[in-house]
Amino acid sequence: MIDRRTFCKNTLLIAGGLALPLSALELFDPKRLLAEKDQKGARWVFLVDTRKCVGCGFCVKGCKVENEVPYDANVTRTWVERYLVTSDSKTHIDSPKGARDGFPRKEVEIGHGKLEEVRDEDLEKAFFVPKLCNQCDNPPCVQVCPVGATYQTEDGVVLVDRSWCIGCGYCIMGCPYGVRFFHPVYHVADKCNFCYHRISKGMQTACVDSCAFGARRIGNLRDPEDPVTKVIMTERVNVLKEEYGTKPQVFYLGLSKEVK
Amino acid sequence: MVHGEAWTLKEFFTYPNEYIYWTIQIVMYPFMTGLVAGAFVLSSLYHVFGVKQLKGIARFSLVFSFALLPVAMLPLMLHLQQPLRGIEVMLTPHFTSAIAAFGIVFTTYGMIVASELWFVYRKHFVETALALKAKERRGAGEQFACLLFSALTMGAYDVSHEALEADERAVKKLAAAGIPVACFLHGYAGFIFGSVKANALWMTPLMPVIFICSAVVSGIALCILTYIVTMEIRKALAARRPELPSKEELKSAESQVVVMTSRYLLMFMVAAITLELLDLVFRGYTAVKSWDILRSVIYERDFVNIFVVQYGLGNLVPLVLFLVPGLTIRRAILGTALVLLGVFMMRWNVVIGGQAFSSSFSGFMHYTLPIWPDSMETFKEGLGGALLVAVVPFCLFWILNKVMPVFKETH
Ligand code: SF4
Ligand code: SF4
Repeated sequence: MIDRRTFCKNTLLIAGGLALPLSALELFDPKRLLAEKDQKGARWVFLVDTRKCVGCGFCVKGCKVENEVPYDANVTRTWVERYLVTSDSKTHIDSPKGARDGFPRKEVEIGHGKLEEVRDEDLEKAFFVPKLCNQCDNPPCVQVCPVGATYQTEDGVVLVDRSWCIGCGYCIMGCPYGVRFFHPVYHVADKCNFCYHRISKGMQTACVDSCAFGARRIGNLRDPEDPVTKVIMTERVNVLKEEYGTKPQVFYLGLSKEVK
Repeated sequence: MVHGEAWTLKEFFTYPNEYIYWTIQIVMYPFMTGLVAGAFVLSSLYHVFGVKQLKGIARFSLVFSFALLPVAMLPLMLHLQQPLRGIEVMLTPHFTSAIAAFGIVFTTYGMIVASELWFVYRKHFVETALALKAKERRGAGEQFACLLFSALTMGAYDVSHEALEADERAVKKLAAAGIPVACFLHGYAGFIFGSVKANALWMTPLMPVIFICSAVVSGIALCILTYIVTMEIRKALAARRPELPSKEELKSAESQVVVMTSRYLLMFMVAAITLELLDLVFRGYTAVKSWDILRSVIYERDFVNIFVVQYGLGNLVPLVLFLVPGLTIRRAILGTALVLLGVFMMRWNVVIGGQAFSSSFSGFMHYTLPIWPDSMETFKEGLGGALLVAVVPFCLFWILNKVMPVFKETH
């Protein structure tokens, strides 16, 4: 039998132990120190200016060709959404074929091949929002991959190893932005990788090159002189679905509250 | 055609890459692992807690659990886009992933059940091996059986009283160790879903517990059902084979076991339903951002699946059937079949229902189960694949029963 005195003593001891600030237990991490001091390596980020996008879909086309995602397959590494907000504060959204051919019809697609007409006089506002992988700083897709086929590089880009992915689809389920899909040819998980083969050679991504309106830009967050970094640091930028704690690294200028 | 397009219908705005990626095989996966875990827990009730009334079904459910075990892997393999690489989960486990633990937990559990079975059947192995060895002339079949049983004894031929008692102690220990592992095996199947923060329906810490409870329910129900069926077969055989117990003996043994086991079934059912309802009420009460779309899925689109089939037919009706006194075998058959349907629908509503709405919260997706396959893909992820998974454990059970007869007295 435990007496009351010992019980109280032990309880206090345990409570005291638990109250020890967890930070005191944090181990010294040389990598973190290095990252704070040496800011030389890149951290790729993306800047989307929704005020400039006209929904032409050239970026989607360019991406499909560059990254060999079958042109007619109904999946795409990047896409553009159209938002039509009417005066009854309803939002109509669509993205026919990911806007590969832009928005050839005025009517909004609502699935099952059906269309919905939105009259001009009801329109309150309308705009386009390009989407792509957010190269999250805390990527759930990397966390859930059972074999480590999805991984994050030092410069922040999340990649998929095509020779190692087993095709379980867990990462597709784990991404809150719905950017992942199974590649119809390789049968492994696929998504935007910021054209890693291009940016690591100092080039622009295919979508940035295809955009005639300057709505898309890529930059290096660790370089204070980078024009994209300057915009992100000084202007009011937004990210998508912040509430998931994924720390997305695609920043939006002029993001509207209707954007999902 | 891209993966998923063949069976996904989209409505309103969904992201272009969104399809129903996890199909019927992923429904079968937690359903089958649930049966494994449930059957094992049932057998442990006798071996560990000494619930004497369950003796008749304990050995039966242990063997059955072992027959179900390999089948828990099958749906996963059928579902992978690169099935030949499946082994990589064991070779390069990535421990932040809930699926990565599967191989380890699964193997541990398999070894526990296998060794428990060995201790339970050691005497039988020894006796059979010795009897076969004593025979002067053996046919090819007997020769094979002789080799098999000799191998199964693993050289331990001691069947003295002390040795058998040691066996029994080992069984008890293994059964005790098996309970947490079985619960873990299934609890973490729930965790696989519960930890997906991108999915509003799955994201709940209750998921593992809900899965464990309904797993035990489904395991017990299946054991009762198959027990009844095998007993009926034995009854039919009893007339022709004099070595079997008489028809009347079988009958009374059967109804006693069924009545006792269904009490435990009831207990776990109440726990499972309570948890599920708690989850539902909690979501409605807290009504976070995703509640709007969840509500329209739960109360409108999936109303029939959830409230009519799962809760009504799968929970309420069997509850009444089992609660009315004087349980008959026929009523038990109907009840357990409905319970199985209910648990299957629960898995369906979680897996398919969880993908019924887009992460954009402004569109819906509908899964049309491929019935007539027109490609390997639609076979694997359609009715054919599901039936294949459902049939295999019964075939395995039939084979296992030849080696480890569930009804023969061993100790
Ligand atoms: S957007 Fe999705 S796929 Fe891209 S890094 Fe984030 S979680 Fe992964
Ligand atoms: S589909 Fe491939 S990349 Fe995605 S979680 Fe599975 S193994 Fe990893």
